[in-house]
Amino acid sequence: MGLKPKVPGLVKGLGVTFNTMMHTFKDGANTVQYPHEKEAPPVRARGVIALREDNCTSCMLCARSCPDWCIYIEGHKELAPPRRAGGAPRKVNKLDRFDIDYALCMYCGICVEVCPFDALFWSPEYEYSEPKIADLLHDKTKLGEWMETVPEAPELEAGADKKGKK
Amino acid sequence: MMLAITIPYWGQSLLRVLGGAVAVLLPAGTIVYLFLFKMMSFMQSRLGPMEAGPYGSMQLFAEVGKWLQKEDIVPERADRTIFKMAPLIVLVSTFLLVAVVPFGPDAYFTQFDAGVFYMLAVSSVSVLGILIAGWSSANKYSLLGGLRAAGQLIAYELPMVLAVVGVVIQAGTMNLQSIVLQQNGGSMFGWDGLGNPYILTQFIGFAVFMIAVQAELTQTPFDMPIAESELVSGYMTEYSGFRFLIFFIAEFATAGVFSLIASVLFLGGWGIPFSWFGWTSVDSIDNWMNIVGPLIMFTKMMGLVFIIMWVRFSYPRFREDQLQRFAWKVLIPVSLLNIMATAILKVAF
Repeated sequence: MGLKPKVPGLVKGLGVTFNTMMHTFKDGANTVQYPHEKEAPPVRARGVIALREDNCTSCMLCARSCPDWCIYIEGHKELAPPRRAGGAPRKVNKLDRFDIDYALCMYCGICVEVCPFDALFWSPEYEYSEPKIADLLHDKTKLGEWMETVPEAPELEAGADKKGKK
Repeated sequence: MMLAITIPYWGQSLLRVLGGAVAVLLPAGTIVYLFLFKMMSFMQSRLGPMEAGPYGSMQLFAEVGKWLQKEDIVPERADRTIFKMAPLIVLVSTFLLVAVVPFGPDAYFTQFDAGVFYMLAVSSVSVLGILIAGWSSANKYSLLGGLRAAGQLIAYELPMVLAVVGVVIQAGTMNLQSIVLQQNGGSMFGWDGLGNPYILTQFIGFAVFMIAVQAELTQTPFDMPIAESELVSGYMTEYSGFRFLIFFIAEFATAGVFSLIASVLFLGGWGIPFSWFGWTSVDSIDNWMNIVGPLIMFTKMMGLVFIIMWVRFSYPRFREDQLQRFAWKVLIPVSLLNIMATAILKVAF
């Protein structure tokens, strides 16, 4: 048993590399020459987080749940006109600052999960590297621009309980 | 046949130096591009460098340029002189090796009767360079790498020497040029259509020699001395820039030169079977063989380097004890038996 079963394995190993080489010769590589041709990421890829500013109530849930503390939120309260005539003016949270530091972000997606108001979304965009690390801090305007790249939410399964307020 | 023009001695020396540089660097560059960059990539189903030049063919120059720009760092506690000298010793042993390789009937750098002996002696000079590189770096990884390299290279030197002895016995000479002539002028059972390349009679010797060469070059599966997962880069850890480049060139140039030597010893070297053109002795060989010979050598070398690299890219690394056991318990006894069998057959026929 000693040497005999090993020899075919050795030859087989050589065969695998040789066949892969011939395959690459004939049919091309499995890789993509990135800057020249791009592979589309999967629809729900975690590329960048987009912010829908109108939905945000600056409740700070995302900032507090972030393991890297890479979300910075500042806001203030404003008085808005009442819904019905004669009512008291409403108090609304106004967002002053919403920054995500992508130099710190580890793309865990907890902020997106935890947001109760559907203000944060995943977008599959991934090409936003910067020469300067400080530029990786995306402010709320930039995070809002990412909203255009967010894909449509998939249809709920048949019979699923529709939650959330309309 | 001598060339008609007479060149003064200094001119001949200059030509020899230039020829040596070409014979070492050209194969090294080709090997790195063709095998290290491209074949390895293709075997991993990728394309390898594609940006520098057409199909990345200028990549090597880009790499060399990058290395030349880098700072030549010497660790504070290192033995400066020896540290700086070590890569040069390794590279010089490659140049010394190529000196005895015959490329054609008249195209050789030097030729003498102790060629095989000289070749084996000089090939172990690189061990010295590697050992002092590891020792002088003042780095524990380098030291371990250097010691591993020394242990491995000495262990595999022995089967290599013993594998060559079979060829020497069969040829009855240690002159590499004569070994080439013997193979191409010889015949097998009276049929001289292929000459008598020693790979047929000395196949065991050839196999042992190639395995030993693989280990001498510290190519995978024998890359314990530079095992990057445990030793960073072994004896090369502290080297940067130009000196790392020299180590790098030496590694692949030596692969080329060892393949040249293997093709001389086992595959008939620069020659084609002399019976094809009715040559009977060295003097009757046509002059154009001095041009075609090197090309034939180059082709054979590429074939052998292909095997070396193919094995390198296919197999995982040996453990240190497996590596030593393989040399001492398998290769050396096998090559000793091969010598015995060769000697008995030589006397019998």
